[in-house]
Amino acid sequence: MKKVYKHLLGGTEGTIGLAALLILLAIILPASMDIFRLNLVGKYISYSFVAVGLVMLWGNAGVLSLGQGIFFGLGGYCMAMFLKLEASDPISTKIQSTPGIPDFMDWNQITHLPAFWVPFRSFPFAMAAILVLPALLAYVLGNAMFKRRVGGVYFAVITQAVALIVSLGIDGNQGYTGGRNGITDLRTLLGWDIRTTSAQYILYYVAVALLIGCILIGRMVLSTRMGRVLLAMRDREDRLRFSGYNVANFKIFVFSLAAMMSSIGGAMFVLQVGFISPSLVGIVPSIEMVIFAAVGGKMSLLGAVYGTLVVNTAKSLFSESFPQLWLFLMGGLFIAVVMLFPDGLAGIYTTVRRWVIRASKTRRPKVSQPVVAAELVNVEGD
Amino acid sequence: MSSNSDYLLSIEDLTVSFDGFKAVDSLNLYVDRNELRVIIGPNGAGKTTVLDLICGKTKATGGSIKFKGREMLGLQEHKIVHAGIGRKFQTPSIYENLTVFENLEISYPSGQSVFGCLGFRRTPAVIERIESVAKTVFLQDLLQVEGAFLSHGQKQWLEIGMLLMQDPELLMLDEPVAGMSQPEREQTVELLKRICEKRGILVIEHDMDFVEKIAHRVTVLHLGKFLAEGSMEAIRNNPKVQEVYLGH
Amino acid sequence: MQGFAGLSLFSVLLLMALGLAIIFGQMGVVNLAHGEFMALGAYVVYLCSQIVQDHLPSLQPYYFVVAIVIAFFVAGIFGMFVEWSMIRFLYRRPLDTLLATWGLSLIMQQAFRSIFGAREVTPTLPEWLMGSFKPSESIDIPINGVFVMGLSLLLTAGLALFIFKSRTGLRIRATVQNRQMSGAVGINTGLVDRFTFALGCGIAGVAGAAFTTIGSTGPDSGQRYIVDTFLVVVFGGSASMLGTIASAFTIAQGQSISEFFLEGTMGKVMTLTAIVVILMLRPKGLFPSKVRV
Repeated sequence: MKKVYKHLLGGTEGTIGLAALLILLAIILPASMDIFRLNLVGKYISYSFVAVGLVMLWGNAGVLSLGQGIFFGLGGYCMAMFLKLEASDPISTKIQSTPGIPDFMDWNQITHLPAFWVPFRSFPFAMAAILVLPALLAYVLGNAMFKRRVGGVYFAVITQAVALIVSLGIDGNQGYTGGRNGITDLRTLLGWDIRTTSAQYILYYVAVALLIGCILIGRMVLSTRMGRVLLAMRDREDRLRFSGYNVANFKIFVFSLAAMMSSIGGAMFVLQVGFISPSLVGIVPSIEMVIFAAVGGKMSLLGAVYGTLVVNTAKSLFSESFPQLWLFLMGGLFIAVVMLFPDGLAGIYTTVRRWVIRASKTRRPKVSQPVVAAELVNVEGD
Repeated sequence: MSSNSDYLLSIEDLTVSFDGFKAVDSLNLYVDRNELRVIIGPNGAGKTTVLDLICGKTKATGGSIKFKGREMLGLQEHKIVHAGIGRKFQTPSIYENLTVFENLEISYPSGQSVFGCLGFRRTPAVIERIESVAKTVFLQDLLQVEGAFLSHGQKQWLEIGMLLMQDPELLMLDEPVAGMSQPEREQTVELLKRICEKRGILVIEHDMDFVEKIAHRVTVLHLGKFLAEGSMEAIRNNPKVQEVYLGH
Repeated sequence: MQGFAGLSLFSVLLLMALGLAIIFGQMGVVNLAHGEFMALGAYVVYLCSQIVQDHLPSLQPYYFVVAIVIAFFVAGIFGMFVEWSMIRFLYRRPLDTLLATWGLSLIMQQAFRSIFGAREVTPTLPEWLMGSFKPSESIDIPINGVFVMGLSLLLTAGLALFIFKSRTGLRIRATVQNRQMSGAVGINTGLVDRFTFALGCGIAGVAGAAFTTIGSTGPDSGQRYIVDTFLVVVFGGSASMLGTIASAFTIAQGQSISEFFLEGTMGKVMTLTAIVVILMLRPKGLFPSKVRV
């Protein structure tokens, strides 16, 4: 039990932080908003999955991926394909020239369901695909690149290129993927109408629960030896090889983990928002997701959620009232986070906490500063 | 007396050339078990390159490096480590963000695969080993200090400690006392003599007094080639060596 | 005909890639806003065109070449400012440079949108750039294409000469290869960096100016080619100018050929996929640097 407390929940501090987030997401927000706004928050929560994955991949392992949209989209499209097939049963689509297939296929003169769509008729398959496909893709990409020691900037640019390739590929194949408009008009999940208010509340809570689950998984991984290995890898990758580690395997592992988390986010997005399109897959959304993690503090799992919420809230506020201003602000945000606030909101929180503790009269011995070794060891002569 | 296969490390005809420039040229070198060999030579002689070649950091263009009879050329770095070779770098290469304890723990040789790491337990055996190695390298009181806050000399010791955790049969140290104060150097001499009882050590150094205190044999390199080999005294009196390196 | 469209694309890619190769290949800095510097050059030419049209119509046939020179300097000076205010703090942090320059690109794009409007614009091109050579009935060589290509090759040659034969070029190469030593012999490495970055941006400006002859310019024109440009540089092995040229040629031709056979986006997808796959097999590119770092 003590181990769970320390590792999973993160000791006293970690538990309080997690509880605070849970209270915010599960109680305060639903109580203070109408369902429309809450649904928006639900959308932001879907993005948070990607940010949490990036905390593992970028903050801890030091690998920057500018293509996480690929995996978000993969999960989203898997879920959308399942829902679309459900909504395209022969009775509802009887006015089409070919009933029983999605409407956009009909518009593109496609007469039977393409082979890669067929398995998505099955719910278990779709669920499995949401987890397995992104992990598989990440594994393949990771193997191709990390085993060849492609890292850092090169890796980032290539993930950007792959994001472009995937989004263009979806875009250019309207008949098979819904093209630029994406897959829309989704109605029911196994007969349950996902558009009703009660459904939206339930889906919101499911998203929150899954998000907390991902955070706990992240904490668990980081609390093992893997956490220290990742930090070592981020700071001195070549040294780690000489400590006996096959660095590529670790990068592949974290990349796949982040991919899976992003994919779950994509699936929850589709359930709550009701559509998916290539505009959520390409270069721009992928790099925006990085800024969510950066604003939150790229080393902080909880921070990632706050960062996503803050940036997206600001985005909707500003793009309504000052659309021109928003892009300037967003660009400025990228620069500010890199140059002025590298630890993001989490860093600000830590600094403020330190001031508060110092300012209070009673000294709390819990927060210990690292001791400068030179003071401890008395070296004779010199 | 001993055939090639009895040597701990046998390097034969080792060559590496970068764009035509031969950093190491047809080098032969043999190290016994439990021997402390020091490699000296002027800058650019290829000393660090030899260590790079042995531990896999650089790829050789010719020759062979056999460790306990097994060919090491072409193996990946972590495999060479697992075979029993440990390397300390010229500038102290420790994990600054981790504590002394964690630096040593990371070097613990079991559970280093992905799933091994996830399931790794900090058992009493592990803790005991860490504490014992820390004691060997004079850092037993600094276990919770972050690497970044150690002094230069302490970082060198920590790096040696990290190597000891791996329990290598061949330890390679690149300038282990560079930047150390005199008392620290003396402690390091003691340390190396103690470690040498169980393994072979290859050292690169410039401090001749230090070399004299620790070396069993000395090899001199010049321009990537073997120049001379022998006891410290023999080397000191070798006219070729004097001309090229030691002066007088 | 298709072959020639490929050559125009080649010229633009080459110019963009040259600028980027200087910045990335030589300095290791990743400038995701490089495309926006190109757009800046294009907008400068457009501005010149408007000014000449409204106030100095007699200069119409001559303004274009001058405008290109102005574009070079405007982009270069702005590049200098960016290096001074932002880039020089991020030299050891390439991933952070990526993010910061992306932010810069967003700001620049929005600035273009606010100043010039969201719609695409074209400068009025001088007479002598319009039309084409017709050496025979079936061969039709557009003059603007020839101009752009000529400009690219001229600039490439000029750049090569500059970097390898001039004193400043020597300083640049020295700083890149051994910063500390260069500083020790009295080279002001900070200034060299600023100059190098500005040079790369200036060339992007020229690329933009050249681009106006073959296409219109909008606020997000820079985004269109940035990924391709990076791939050109990485594919060519970023340390080599020869590699950059070969790579730009291959990729441009590859793209226009595949666009001919497959429809629009799928052509681009094919080319990009091919490049990425090749890069994964040969991560150092076509002409990797063999020097021991």
